[in-house]
Amino acid sequence: MSELLNILQYLDDPNARYVLAGTFLLGISAGVLGCFAILRRRALVGDAVAHAVLPGVCLAFIIVGDKDPFALLIGSMIFGWISMIVMDAIVRNTKLSTDASIGMVLSVFFGLGVVLLTYIQSTGNVNQSGLDAFLFGNAASLLPGDVMVFGTLSVIILIVIAVSYKEMKMVSFDPGFAKSIGYPVKRIEFLIATLMVMTITVGLQAVGVVLMASMLIIPAAAGRYWTESLGIMIVIAGAVGAISGVGGTVISGLAPAMPTGPWIVVTALFLFLISFMFAPKRGEVIRKLKNMRNRVRVQDENVLKTIYLLEEQDGLAGKVRSMRDILKRRRMNIRKTRSSLARLHSDGLIQLIPGKPAGYLLTDEGRARAMRLVRVHRLWELYLTSHVQIAGDHVHDDAESMEHLITPEIEEQLTSLLGRPATDPHLRKIPYGETTTGGGLLS
Amino acid sequence: MSNKLPPIEVHDLTVAYRKKPVLWDIDFDVPEGKLIAVIGPNGAGKSTLIKTIMGLIEPVSGKILVYGKPVDRERPRIAYVPQRESVDWDFPISVYELVLMGRYSHLKLFRRPGSNDRRIATEALEKVGMSDYAGRQISQLSGGQQQRVFLARALAQQADIYLMDEPLAGVDAATETTIFELLSVLRDEGKTVLVVHHDLQSVSGNFDWVMLLNLRLVAFGPREEVFTTENLQKAYGGRLNILTQVVELAKEKSFVREPGHE
Repeated sequence: MSELLNILQYLDDPNARYVLAGTFLLGISAGVLGCFAILRRRALVGDAVAHAVLPGVCLAFIIVGDKDPFALLIGSMIFGWISMIVMDAIVRNTKLSTDASIGMVLSVFFGLGVVLLTYIQSTGNVNQSGLDAFLFGNAASLLPGDVMVFGTLSVIILIVIAVSYKEMKMVSFDPGFAKSIGYPVKRIEFLIATLMVMTITVGLQAVGVVLMASMLIIPAAAGRYWTESLGIMIVIAGAVGAISGVGGTVISGLAPAMPTGPWIVVTALFLFLISFMFAPKRGEVIRKLKNMRNRVRVQDENVLKTIYLLEEQDGLAGKVRSMRDILKRRRMNIRKTRSSLARLHSDGLIQLIPGKPAGYLLTDEGRARAMRLVRVHRLWELYLTSHVQIAGDHVHDDAESMEHLITPEIEEQLTSLLGRPATDPHLRKIPYGETTTGGGLLS
Repeated sequence: MSNKLPPIEVHDLTVAYRKKPVLWDIDFDVPEGKLIAVIGPNGAGKSTLIKTIMGLIEPVSGKILVYGKPVDRERPRIAYVPQRESVDWDFPISVYELVLMGRYSHLKLFRRPGSNDRRIATEALEKVGMSDYAGRQISQLSGGQQQRVFLARALAQQADIYLMDEPLAGVDAATETTIFELLSVLRDEGKTVLVVHHDLQSVSGNFDWVMLLNLRLVAFGPREEVFTTENLQKAYGGRLNILTQVVELAKEKSFVREPGHE
């Protein structure tokens, strides 16, 4: 309760609301731009640029003498560009690979920045207070004037992306083709790079150079989990960025000694983990559930098939089979077999005949299903031996798993390709339904 | 097609990669309305040739004209199909979106595609037999389907010249048939189609003209005249080993022919 009160009190402060609006906008623009960064595999470049702008910021401070947002902006833009040009030049003119050049630029520029920062602190300039916020970010140190400048910049970034979305998408996906239809690929890449430097600059004071890259990477990575459409991914990444920006600012604002950057990262990470776990299709939990459901289905189908194979063996379709019979034909886990039998019964695929021991009988539907499994299994074995040249004694295990996977369409293709064969490579009959084993199975 | 100028003219073209020549003194005119196979061993410079024609690679020397003009002035008339491996197939776009990109060649920058562009993209997907996949994410496609979609994007460009980099690499037999049919339809419509091809078996019966390439232009002309054992030996082995050796030597000594020296 008192926590909530604290938050409300915090929000009551007009300055805090300013700052929140700033980190909100920053979160959106970083998240949106980050989508292009990670899809173009430039996430690490973003990290290097974020570190590399520190000396620019410090130099701007030394020259101007205070934290004028425009001066800081220009300083960081210049160093952002220099760092990108240097990275590019290293890769082009030396034998060093991209990762080595990124690592070099990141550490050298950042080192230089820390040297300049230390120098400024030693001069005792009264305006320097809060300059160390550039390392880990301190949103509380943002003045309304800063927020106005950086907030406007965020909005400009978003407008530019909205206008040039089609071009940025094209260049990010297939730069070669884009060039082939006459797109100014170099200029669009330069535009994306400039927007990245701008975003990093906007986030400097709130998030800090060390963690700024996470604002580009984590929301975009989270967004990727939810969708297969770039447009939707951008919207989600922007939302994740905005929530992390606001969340991190509020948390660090409640405990003023805390830097903002790490809290923003923690919030973003939390949202990423939710995406990673629970996103439909790509989320881990959903995938695990699907796997589990598949395993259960395979187990059920194996039990069903085993009953059918027993019928095929002795030709007695009306004979009741006990669990012992089934397990004798195919070795399976007793507990799992029991639950499979229960499920098959409730699905109407087998009949339960009470008695001691209880027995099971395939229903017509269950028999048709089991027959299909056996048919697909044998068709597949025949296909492997006749068309893929795999020896007959090596095909069973593969067919054992493929029988659960092959769709009716593939089955149809197999049947017509093989010319509706009568027997499999082991000369067992392939059941098609109307010509059945033992006779009268379907009656 | 009243244009008398050849679709593509290449004069004295030399291309080097990291000081190693990959194409040496190439000179030819592509005739209009022919289906042409570009063949040669690995590293012969086949992809480099069409990338250079498209302006993706800057040559060391030489001149390339498309209908008598620099390629930059005729881009809407020339369509390029990159190698399938050149893009990230996990990129979050749909098949339809990818094909629609073919229309961007006729759109001004910052303009959105209109209903006519959408109709053309849909038709292109139909032509390659991929209509059912329009809404699918591109990562769900098989290799052959990826090639078809790339081809559909080029069809959507409605160009006069098509340059294709290995459109038949890694495709199943059914897709190969579809693609060959499409290529001959394009040729019958009077388009000029240049295909980098790796399978010598399927050259006969599918292509009109053949270009044999191995750093130099070994031979270029109608298939019956050019696609001979003798030429193939020239392109794939034998005497050309000497050239390869010279190239290696040139690379060692960082020697590249300067432009303008004859």
